[in-house]
Amino acid sequence: MAQTIETHGDANLRPAGLRGVAADFASDQRAFKSASWGKAMMWIFLLSDTFVFGCFLIAYMTARMSTPVAWPNPSEVFALHIGGQDIPLILIAIMTFVLISSSGTMAMAVNFGYRRERHRTAALMLLTALLGATFVSMQAFEWTKLITEGVRPWENPWGAAQFGSTFFMITGFHGTHVTIGVIFLLIVARKVWRGDFDVERRGFFTSRKGRYEVVEIMGLYWHFVDLVWVFIFAFFYLW
Amino acid sequence: MSETTAHAQTHTAQAQAHTGQQHPIRLYLFVWGLLFVLSAFSYLVDYFGIQGYLRWTLILLFMMLKAGLIVAVFMHMAWERLALVYAILMPPVLVLVFVALMVSESQYTILTRLAFFGTAP
Repeated sequence: MAQTIETHGDANLRPAGLRGVAADFASDQRAFKSASWGKAMMWIFLLSDTFVFGCFLIAYMTARMSTPVAWPNPSEVFALHIGGQDIPLILIAIMTFVLISSSGTMAMAVNFGYRRERHRTAALMLLTALLGATFVSMQAFEWTKLITEGVRPWENPWGAAQFGSTFFMITGFHGTHVTIGVIFLLIVARKVWRGDFDVERRGFFTSRKGRYEVVEIMGLYWHFVDLVWVFIFAFFYLW
Repeated sequence: MSETTAHAQTHTAQAQAHTGQQHPIRLYLFVWGLLFVLSAFSYLVDYFGIQGYLRWTLILLFMMLKAGLIVAVFMHMAWERLALVYAILMPPVLVLVFVALMVSESQYTILTRLAFFGTAP
């Protein structure tokens, strides 16, 4: 009984800090009590995705550190010729701002979702999807430019051949994530717009009742995509 | 039928009001602005061509601040139960061990490459 109060009761009865963590994990029930299964599963998926992206970035680090050939200077490689002069990394900087803005609109969509303002939520999600699609288009432009300049997974005109393989692998995998996110956003935005979460309409795939929490779970994925870009921006483009 | 739907609706409204992550819009706008400023700073590090230890320090600092803001506020980690926070944030820290292993591995690789192929950088 005392156990039940400790882990289930309101926050005042639950031990704080590490004791609370121990109580949650030792309670012989689900450990993440305030998070629904859907949210916990998304977090665990994102943790696994963290390891995949982590392995990619570590592979890149290993390739770059172990080659005796000079690494191309990303600041120059990703410069654009605008108004008669080369501006370093400008395209990547714009892509970063676009992705951060999409994260901002997504966070607000989640908030309006919980306020049950479905039209505003759907509109903000569509704006997020639009910004995501803009990001992918700019990436397609960047890929096209580099491919015409002769970058391949096995060679490039400016130095270490490993630059090409790591570039296509890392940005390609991230771009795939953004694309899947845009599709995911459009599906959920449609559900919100139609009012599926107000009437608890059952999902076509899972047959489970839809709830506004789905917007937050979708948001977790989207913010994660932005989060990964923060690391790619720092390690691949600035380093 | 419509009565049951209405009942279900109020029921979920109550349930969601308790579980949902509701925070003032102003907070999100503030974090959004901060992320913009921090990204601009990291871009300026490259634009002004800052080199050496200062460059790596600034890049890593802005990166960690941005990542922290996204996870804590946008992904609501700051308001989650501690059991979930530890389960998610602790494992990636261990990746640093993997990084250390691969740093030592790549140093060995470049050493052997230079010793046997003699290609100086």
